[in-house]
Amino acid sequence: MRLSIHHRTAYRFTAPQARLVQMLRLTPQNSHDQTVARWRIDVDCDALLREGRDGWGNAVTMLYAEGPLDGIEIAITGEVLTSHSDGVLHGVHETLPPPVFLRATPATAPDPAIAAWAAEMASGVPMLTALHRINAGVHARFAPDAGRPDPELTAGKAWLRESATARDAAQIFAVAARSIGAPARYVSGYRCLAREARATPHGWAEAHVDGLGWVGFDPDTGLSPEEEHVRVAVALDAVGAAPVAGSRLGEGDERLDVEVRVSEA
Amino acid sequence: MGQDAFDEIMGTTGGPPPRAELAALGRWLSVTSDTELRRRQQSAEAAFRQLGITFAVYGDSDASERIIPFDIVPRVFLHDEWARLSEGLVQRVEAINAFLDDIYGERRILSEGVLPADLILSNPQFRPEIAGIRPPHGVWAHICGIDLVRTGPDDFFVLEDNARTPSGVSYMLENREAMLRLCPELFREFRVAAVDSYPDRLLEVMKSVAPHGVGAPTCVVLTPGHYNSAYYEHSFLADSMGIELVEAVDLVVDDDIVWMRTIAGRVKVDVIYRRVDDDFLDPLVFRPDSMLGVPGLIAAYAAGNVAIINAPGNGIADDKAIYSYMPDIVRFYSGGEAKLPNVETWRCREPEALKYVLDHLDEVVVKLVDGSGGYGMLVGPTASKAEIAAFRAALVAEPHRYIAQPTLALSTVPTMAERGLAPRHVDFRPFVLTGSKGVQVVPGGLTRVALREGSLVVNSSQGGGTKDSFVLMDDAAPMTQTIGGMTQSMGGGA
Amino acid sequence: MLSRTASSLYWLGRYFERADFIARLVEATVRLDVLSARPAGQAAWASALTVTETDAAFGATGGEIRRRDVARFLTVDPSHPGSIIRCTEMARLNARAVRTALTREAWAAINRAWLIFEGRPPADDPTAVLNLVDAVKTETRGFEGAVHRMLRNQTTWFIRLGQAIERADNTARLLDVKYHILLPAGERVGGVVDRDQWTTILQTVSAVTAYRWLYSDGLQPANVIDLLVARGELPRSLAASVEETVDVLSLLARRTGLHGEADRMARMRATRMARTRSGEVIASGLHQFLQSFIHENALLHGAIGRQFKFG
Repeated sequence: MRLSIHHRTAYRFTAPQARLVQMLRLTPQNSHDQTVARWRIDVDCDALLREGRDGWGNAVTMLYAEGPLDGIEIAITGEVLTSHSDGVLHGVHETLPPPVFLRATPATAPDPAIAAWAAEMASGVPMLTALHRINAGVHARFAPDAGRPDPELTAGKAWLRESATARDAAQIFAVAARSIGAPARYVSGYRCLAREARATPHGWAEAHVDGLGWVGFDPDTGLSPEEEHVRVAVALDAVGAAPVAGSRLGEGDERLDVEVRVSEA
Repeated sequence: MGQDAFDEIMGTTGGPPPRAELAALGRWLSVTSDTELRRRQQSAEAAFRQLGITFAVYGDSDASERIIPFDIVPRVFLHDEWARLSEGLVQRVEAINAFLDDIYGERRILSEGVLPADLILSNPQFRPEIAGIRPPHGVWAHICGIDLVRTGPDDFFVLEDNARTPSGVSYMLENREAMLRLCPELFREFRVAAVDSYPDRLLEVMKSVAPHGVGAPTCVVLTPGHYNSAYYEHSFLADSMGIELVEAVDLVVDDDIVWMRTIAGRVKVDVIYRRVDDDFLDPLVFRPDSMLGVPGLIAAYAAGNVAIINAPGNGIADDKAIYSYMPDIVRFYSGGEAKLPNVETWRCREPEALKYVLDHLDEVVVKLVDGSGGYGMLVGPTASKAEIAAFRAALVAEPHRYIAQPTLALSTVPTMAERGLAPRHVDFRPFVLTGSKGVQVVPGGLTRVALREGSLVVNSSQGGGTKDSFVLMDDAAPMTQTIGGMTQSMGGGA
Repeated sequence: MLSRTASSLYWLGRYFERADFIARLVEATVRLDVLSARPAGQAAWASALTVTETDAAFGATGGEIRRRDVARFLTVDPSHPGSIIRCTEMARLNARAVRTALTREAWAAINRAWLIFEGRPPADDPTAVLNLVDAVKTETRGFEGAVHRMLRNQTTWFIRLGQAIERADNTARLLDVKYHILLPAGERVGGVVDRDQWTTILQTVSAVTAYRWLYSDGLQPANVIDLLVARGELPRSLAASVEETVDVLSLLARRTGLHGEADRMARMRATRMARTRSGEVIASGLHQFLQSFIHENALLHGAIGRQFKFG
C-alpha cells in the first residue's frame, strides 16, 4: 500500500514561552515491509532541528526554539510504502535484547487482575497462540474509544473500564504479555482508516516470541497490524514512545490540538 | 568483637608485631596527652563548623548544621601496602570502565554467558535510554570511590564500588589541612604523600575527556542546589578547581550544544561534573514528569558535544546485585584474577544461598541490593531478635532484593573515645580517577570510623566519623606538602 | 558570573535594604506617634502604610490603623511580603543560594537578622518595637560594613546595585508621601512647619545630623527636599543612589566588556539628575517629579534584569 500521512500537532500557550525544547519521535524508519518514500517535518516558527537516535533505536528529532512563543505547530507530511507481513517484523534495526522489554513502568506496572486473566488465556497453549488470544480478548473486552487518551491512566486502571483507547488497550496488552513471560513493547505510529481525520496518532503493541522474533498485535482491531500500519517509535510504554516530549520555559498552560489524516495515496 | 580484630597500629594480641614503620605513631600517641589530642580535635571540628562542612541526614530538620565528627589519630598505609592496593584498584576501575563500555554497546559479557542476562537487562540501573551512546574518549567512570575493608596485615577486600557520584573527597582534603595545621610534628616524622593536588588532577581528567576538537574546554560542576546534603563538597570542588558551580536552571541546550547562562551571555559548556542523579539529568529522557534537569542534555551528550562525568547509566556497575560478579567481570576484561578480592557474598536470589543465610542470620550482614548509606541493612551479631525476625520475613518474601556477607572482623585504629584512646573499626574509600590518558589512584582517601564501641557501621548518617589517611612515600620520592598555597619542603631531617 | 548568581546577589541587596528601610520607617513612626510633643497617632501609621504602598494589603488583614496592628504588620507579619521578617527571609534565601560567594561576616549578619525573629513574642509596646527595629538596624549596618570589606568584585557590585535601586525607590516614596501629607494642595512650601513630621523624614533616612551640618537656617521643608533629592553627600539621597547605580554599572561593564540598555538608562538619569535643582523641582511639582523618578527606577530595574539575563 502507498500511504499518505498528514499529522499536525499544534500547541497554544496561555502565556508566551521564553524557550522550547522538544524531542520528536515522528520519523518512521525503513524495514523489510516499510519504505519511507517521502517525509518532512515543518515547524511554523524559527527553530533548529537536529536528527538523532534514542536508546530504543528510534529516530528522534530535537527541536529548539527561542521565544517569545505563543504557540508552535509541527506538521508532518509523508508517504510510506508498506507490504503484507503477517505481523512479524523483518529487517527492523534492534538495539536492545528482548528481555529489556520485560520491564515494567509506572503506566505498565504489573497488575494482579490482568495477570490472572492473561494466565487463563495462556493456559495450555503455545506462546504465540496465547498472545493472539490475549490480543483478541482485549479487543473483545472493551468498547472502542476514539477520544484523546488520558496520559495519567495506567493499564491497571484502564482494565477496570468499559471502553479503551488504542493506547490503553496496547498498554494492557503489554502488561498481560509480560505477565506470561513475553517481552512486550508499545508502538506509536499511524493506521489508515476509512474514517476521516483522527485526534491522535495510533498505538499498538509488539511481543517477542522465541524462534519467531517480534510480532505486532493491535488490540484495537484484535488482529496483527497489516499493510495499513506505519511503525514510528517503540518503548516500554506510551509515554516513552510519545510523538512529542517537551519542555518549555515560561508560565501558563498549554492547549494541544492534534489532527491526523492517513489515506491511501 | 573489637578484641579479635586486627589493629593497624598496635597489631593483634598474640599476632605478629606491628610494622616497625608504625612504631613512631605509637610513640606519638603515648607522648601526646589525651587532653592535648582532644584539644586539637576540637579545634579541627570548630574549623569545619566555621567552613560549613556539613551534611544532612534524611528526616533530620536541623541537618544543615551538623558536621561529621573528625578523629585526630591518623590511619597509616605503608608504601608497599599502598603499591599493592593501587595495582588492585587500577585493575578494578579499568574493568568497571570496560564493563560499562561493553554493556551499553556490544554486550559481549552477556553473549559469552559470563553474567546472567536478566540480571543486567531487568535491573533498573541498566538504562536502555542511553544504550548505544559512547561517551567521549570511551571513559565512563571518571571518578570511582572503591570502599575497602581490611581484616589483617595483607587482607584487603572490596566492600562496594561507587561508580556514580562518590562523595567524601572534600573530607580527604579538609582532614589533611587540619592535620597539617594541628599536628605538624607528624609530618616531620612521616613522609606523607600529598593529596592537595586532587583538584588539579580532577580538572586535568575533566579536560582530557572533553569532546574531540575542543581546544580550551569549559568545565563546570553541576549541583542539585544548596539544599543538597553534599552542597559543601560541590562548592568546595568547584572553588578549588576554579570553575563554575551551576544548577540545572543555569544550563540550556540549543542545537545539541550545552550553554551556561552568564551575565555576559551564553558560554558553551564542554565538560560537566554532575553531582545529580541520572533521573534528574534530562526530563525529556529520564523522568518525563520532572521539571528538574536540563532538557536536551542527553541529546547533546549523544551528539558527542559534551562529556558528562560520571557517565549516565553507571549505576549498573556498582549495583549490589552485580557486585558479587565483580571477580568474573575483572577476569573477563583484564584476563587475570582480581588482585583485590571481594567479600564473600551470598546472593539470596539463589535458593541454596538463601537457605544458608536464613540459617545464619545472627552471624551475617544482610544488605538490600538497592539500599545505601547503611539503611536497609542487618548486622546479625549485634541485631535484636525482633530485627532478625523482620529481616527473615523480608528475605523470604523478596529474596532477590537481598545479598548477605559474613560479618568481617574489620581492622581497628586507635581513636579518641569518651574515655581516652580506644580501638575503633574503620573502612576506607580511596578515589580513583580515569581520564583519556589512563587511571590514577590519589595517594590518600577517606577513612571512615565507627565511633561507637564494637560498631561496624561507619556511615556518617549512622554515627560514623572520619580520619586522615596517610600514605607513606618511598624514601626515594621527593616530598612536599603545601599549606594554604605555600609550598613547604620537608627534608629527611626528622 | 552565572546570571542566577548575579540575580541572587542583586535581590539580596534589594531585600536587605528594604528590611532596613522599613525598620527605620517604623522607628520614626513610633517616635512621631508616641514620643513627640503632639502625638500624630493614627495619621502617622496611615502614612507609614502609604509609603510602603500597602494600604490595601493592610486593609485586607482586618486590622485597625493603630500602632499595634500596623507595627505588627510591617515588622513580624509572615503573611505580608513587605514585612521586615519576610524581607529578611528573602534576603537570607538569596544569600544561601550564593553562600560561598559571600564572606562569613556578611552571611553571619544576614543570618543573625533572620534569627532575631525566632521565638520572639510580638512586640506590642513602643519600647519593644524600638528594640526590635534597633536589632535589625544593627545587623543591616553590620552587613553594609561586611560588604565594604569584601573583595571589590562582581559579587559586591551586584549587591550594591540592588541596594542602590532599592534605596532610590524607598527615598522617593518616603518623600512623596510625607510631602503630600504635610503640604496639602495649594499650600506653599515654607509655610508653618510641623517640626516633628519633617524630623521623621530625616530620621528615616538617617539624616538628622547631616541636615544640621549642611543647612544653617533651621528646619526648612525646601532644605529637606534639597537634601533628599539633590545632595550627593547623603548616601540615601536620590542623587547618591543615582550616582551609585552608574558607578557600579560601569565597574561591571569594564569587567564584562559589555555595555547595554541599563548602562545607557542609568547614565541618562544621572546626567538629568546633575542638572536638577531642588527649587525648580518644587516649583514645577515635586509629586510629578517623584512619580516619574519611581517609574524610571522601575524601568531601570527591568533593564538590569534583561542586561544581565536574570531570567
